[in-house]
Amino acid sequence: MQLARVIGDVVVTRKDENLMGVTLLVLQPIAADGSAVGRTLVAVDSMGAGVGETVFFVRGKEASFPFYPTEVPADAGVVGIVDHWDVEP
Amino acid sequence: MILARVVGTVVATWKDPRLVSNKLLIARPMDPHGKSEGAYLVAVDTVDAGVGETVLIVSGSSARMAAGLKDCPVDAAIVGIVDVVEVAAGD
Repeated sequence: MQLARVIGDVVVTRKDENLMGVTLLVLQPIAADGSAVGRTLVAVDSMGAGVGETVFFVRGKEASFPFYPTEVPADAGVVGIVDHWDVEP
Repeated sequence: MILARVVGTVVATWKDPRLVSNKLLIARPMDPHGKSEGAYLVAVDTVDAGVGETVLIVSGSSARMAAGLKDCPVDAAIVGIVDVVEVAAGD
């Protein structure tokens, strides 16, 4: 899993029927110091995260597991909202 | 998933039988502000997208979870046509 900051959301009217009702967020992966690292991506959200929050997300087919048994076609999904994190210097 | 802009189509007569009757499009990934980035990719279209549209592409084994692609040899599928991307100020 990776840490990321939620920087936006995506509005998609015409989509796969298994994506109906699923929130799509724009994530910016971040390093341990909070700085942006790597490309932005779009992830499904089952946690109710919002813009500005720090979250962690999974990549791959596991992103659809929170929606089981619906087979949501997703390769990235928010699975937790971070309250705070500490890194040993 | 990634945001991408559809830039073209692919015609392939000889292909895996499980790909027959699937529409293949060429897409260029882009950031939330619309700036193109990264390599072009070929994706199976499941939502009737067209050239010039901004789409949502799911990659890897998850692509097979898109409608009608069960057991198909694909690693990228277009699963949505994007209306709007809203990005927080400063990001």
